[in-house]
Amino acid sequence: MRRFLARRLAHGAAVIVIAASLSFALVHLAPGDPFSGSPDGFAIDPETARIRRSEYGLDRPLLQQYLAFMGHLAVGDLGRSIRHGRPVSAVLADALPHTVLLMGTALLLSFAGGVTLGAWQAARRGSRADRVAGTTSLVVVSLPEFWLGLVLLLVFVYKVPILPGGGVVDLMHDSLSPAGKLLDRARHLALPSLTLALLGTATIARYQRAALLDVLPQDFVRTARAKGVAERWVIYRHALRNALLPTIVLAGLSLPTLLGGAVFVEQVFSWPGMGSEAAAAFSARDYPLVVGAALLGAVMVVIGSLITDVLHAAVDPRVRPR
Amino acid sequence: MTTVRLDQLEVREGVAIGSSSPWQTALRALARDRSALVGAIVIAIIAMVAIVTPLVFPDDYCIAQPDIIGLKNIPPSFTHPLGTDKFSRDVLARLICGARVSLSIAFLSVLVAATVGTVYGAIAGYLGGIADSLLMRLVDALLAIPRVLLLIAVATLWNRLEITGLILLLGLTGWFGVSRLVRTLVASARHDEFVAAARALGASDLRILGQHILPRVVSPVLVAATLGIGNVIVIEAGLTYLGMGVQPPRASWGSIFYDGVEYFPSVWWVCVFAGAALVVTVLAVNLVADGLREALDARQLPPR
Amino acid sequence: MTQPPLLTVSDLRSYFYTGAGVARAVDGVSFTIAAGETLGIVGESGCGKSVTALSILRLIQPPGRIEPGSRIVFEGQDLLRLDDAGIRRVRGNRIAMIFQEPMTALNPVFTVGDQIAEVARVHASASRRAAWDRAVEMLTLVGIPAPAQRAREYPHQLSGGMRQRVLIAMALVMNPALVIADEPTTALDVTIQAQILELLGDLQQRLGTSIAMITHDLGVIAEVASRVVVMYGGEVVEEARVEALFEAPHHPYTEGLLHAMPRVGRRQERLTVIPGTVPPPTAWPSGCRFRDRCPYAWERCTREHPPLYQIGPGHTSRCHLAEEPERRVRRSDAVTAAESAGQPPRAQSVA
Repeated sequence: MRRFLARRLAHGAAVIVIAASLSFALVHLAPGDPFSGSPDGFAIDPETARIRRSEYGLDRPLLQQYLAFMGHLAVGDLGRSIRHGRPVSAVLADALPHTVLLMGTALLLSFAGGVTLGAWQAARRGSRADRVAGTTSLVVVSLPEFWLGLVLLLVFVYKVPILPGGGVVDLMHDSLSPAGKLLDRARHLALPSLTLALLGTATIARYQRAALLDVLPQDFVRTARAKGVAERWVIYRHALRNALLPTIVLAGLSLPTLLGGAVFVEQVFSWPGMGSEAAAAFSARDYPLVVGAALLGAVMVVIGSLITDVLHAAVDPRVRPR
Repeated sequence: MTTVRLDQLEVREGVAIGSSSPWQTALRALARDRSALVGAIVIAIIAMVAIVTPLVFPDDYCIAQPDIIGLKNIPPSFTHPLGTDKFSRDVLARLICGARVSLSIAFLSVLVAATVGTVYGAIAGYLGGIADSLLMRLVDALLAIPRVLLLIAVATLWNRLEITGLILLLGLTGWFGVSRLVRTLVASARHDEFVAAARALGASDLRILGQHILPRVVSPVLVAATLGIGNVIVIEAGLTYLGMGVQPPRASWGSIFYDGVEYFPSVWWVCVFAGAALVVTVLAVNLVADGLREALDARQLPPR
Repeated sequence: MTQPPLLTVSDLRSYFYTGAGVARAVDGVSFTIAAGETLGIVGESGCGKSVTALSILRLIQPPGRIEPGSRIVFEGQDLLRLDDAGIRRVRGNRIAMIFQEPMTALNPVFTVGDQIAEVARVHASASRRAAWDRAVEMLTLVGIPAPAQRAREYPHQLSGGMRQRVLIAMALVMNPALVIADEPTTALDVTIQAQILELLGDLQQRLGTSIAMITHDLGVIAEVASRVVVMYGGEVVEEARVEALFEAPHHPYTEGLLHAMPRVGRRQERLTVIPGTVPPPTAWPSGCRFRDRCPYAWERCTREHPPLYQIGPGHTSRCHLAEEPERRVRRSDAVTAAESAGQPPRAQSVA
């Protein structure tokens, strides 16, 4: 087991190194640099630009810059945010927990909801309920995240004002009781995570339904029936346990997409996570922050896939190393 | 499998008696799938509209901003069936103009993505060994970076993003999954018996690739590409929402929608109709993709 | 025969309603199995023997259906009239089934011990401990070395032969009165095959279980069965005691099967083959279903569907030759030449 983990960790590290190198290449492939002035905005006096460039080390040879970049990365230094004036890592460290909370909640809800719905559909394949659920899932999957978020915002904040419209906590948060604080956080988390979770549930349900339908005709399911096992256990214990495997893999693979969706949702609900920071950084041409966010995203995905792999091995004995 | 033995008998019988090519069987299956058919018709209609636009609505019409006060923000009426927007432009006309932009962005970027991905994956799969591992390791890294964050990063670094740039960007960030898919198919096909036979007969690598392996790749890539079209439409709309998509005066459905958010909900028609255009199109595309996937899955059931 | 038979199958019909038509996989099959005996069910693939086996335990899933009018009486009850709970009480408990592919018949995510113990937990409400102990006991019974350790392993860690033994162990947990073995040795090496058959025979002697052995391999039949039922085209075409079947087969299909077996000591230039293929179950031919492949067929065979004729004591055959034995004449050389060229023989009147 340790060798398995070690190998996966090495793979993940390699991925991060390559991703970092790619972002370095990206930055230096782009026309100009942050100090060449933008066509629609300000012009920079060449002398200031020269000073700034050497400050940021942009006038040194490329290889040296690359090594410096990777060196800084190794110690967690992602540069300085142009917009905030603070280290990028500090800015992202502040924003990260919010994104993790949002994504974690959404992922849990999606997985639970999707697996249940998909299995439920597969068990009554072809029935009216199945078809209705299937069509609904298909429609939900076709919706853009920000569109869905806006609709939910409209309904639950403006039309029927039961939930707050943005932010993580209320202005009066600190004066609330502990229970009140918890409720306040939950109320704010509700809509953004629901938006992501609706899309996630629909995606996973479609996949899970197909996966379970693939497993049901297999021989070992018939063996379970022949043993006299009740039909519901045949489906939910014998078959589903096998059908969960591809879904776990899918959940792992969908992490990048989920993170991308979170960016839009954070914008709609003013959720102060990585996504909001990245979007604001775009407007301000704050390229260190934007690149830092992309890299951090990659790291999150790699960690997420590692967790998924471990989960997969826990459920499927064939994958476990001997 | 349990009942498949009987089915396989029928599958074998079906292929022998009907003697239609796998493509014909797939097309027939697709035609029978009603929802996929509906989707295909919807797309055909929208596509035709998009193609016909430049003839009916010349380019300068689409980028004009008349701004006639009296005609601003009129709710749907007889003369303006979908209302007018804040620049007094007819919403229906705007949506038609936007169709061309949205659809061509989606279609062209997916074309770029599918081509690059297929070539890359085919090379990796065919070469195998260390080259394959290295190439795929690179793809792993690219896949790990969330596409939206990557798009934001590139959009920030390149100051100006014209439509062409946008298409290229979307295409070049969308080929990773396809390359993985193609690589797996090519790598497994490489070990196939008739590839060995072809090589024994002296066929060149390129010929083997083209004649024997690539046909097997076409259908999964086609399904992935169709799904990708819907995906890109959604992403493009989202990017516009963040301010980095299609710039005015050109409009895509996403930017029309975003403009409409400003006066929402009093001026509801811009948002609703632009949003509807987006949702309906993506839904149609997904229906077709689903239908394609099922039709091609059925075709690939091998009688064993 | 003083006791009533353990299992009586009467006029079993199992049809599959597919897009290509109605497949009459089992079309009027009847046979009995007595307590303690081994019945062999022989036939090519597509003849309906597996579907028959599945029908007994009502394991036929839609679009398949056991047609009304069929009766399967076991230990005094008609299995087809039981409710869901009733048939579940029979499955794995009074009648157990051993499937063909040990590779895929076991659930890959549960331990072998767990899967065997499940039978005891379901039918005997055994505690986890008791059920597990029983599982280890069964593994010992089927001759698996280090059973306690093996029980904790997963199917993919075992060899094919061992997996088949596990399937047998699973079937015997509740000491069933009848075990249906569907091609239990087909997927295995010849040497393992012999071991498994020996194991089955041994267990039968010790526990007194009846066995329905389904196979296409006459060699297996010769070794384990006391009576045989030959199936073709969804029907029983011959039934006899093993000795009688091998010494004096009546039905031309049985004859063909026996001749097709290569035998040590017999010099042959080419393997004898039954020409033609099994017709599709969606379109059984009129009259006798074997007529297109039968060397003796004449016009009556096309016209009239033969019933099961009594040939001798305990020996039936679904062939008109029972009434017109003089027609059992091998065809002329012209026809034999056509056969060698690969064309199916046509029914000819015998001058």
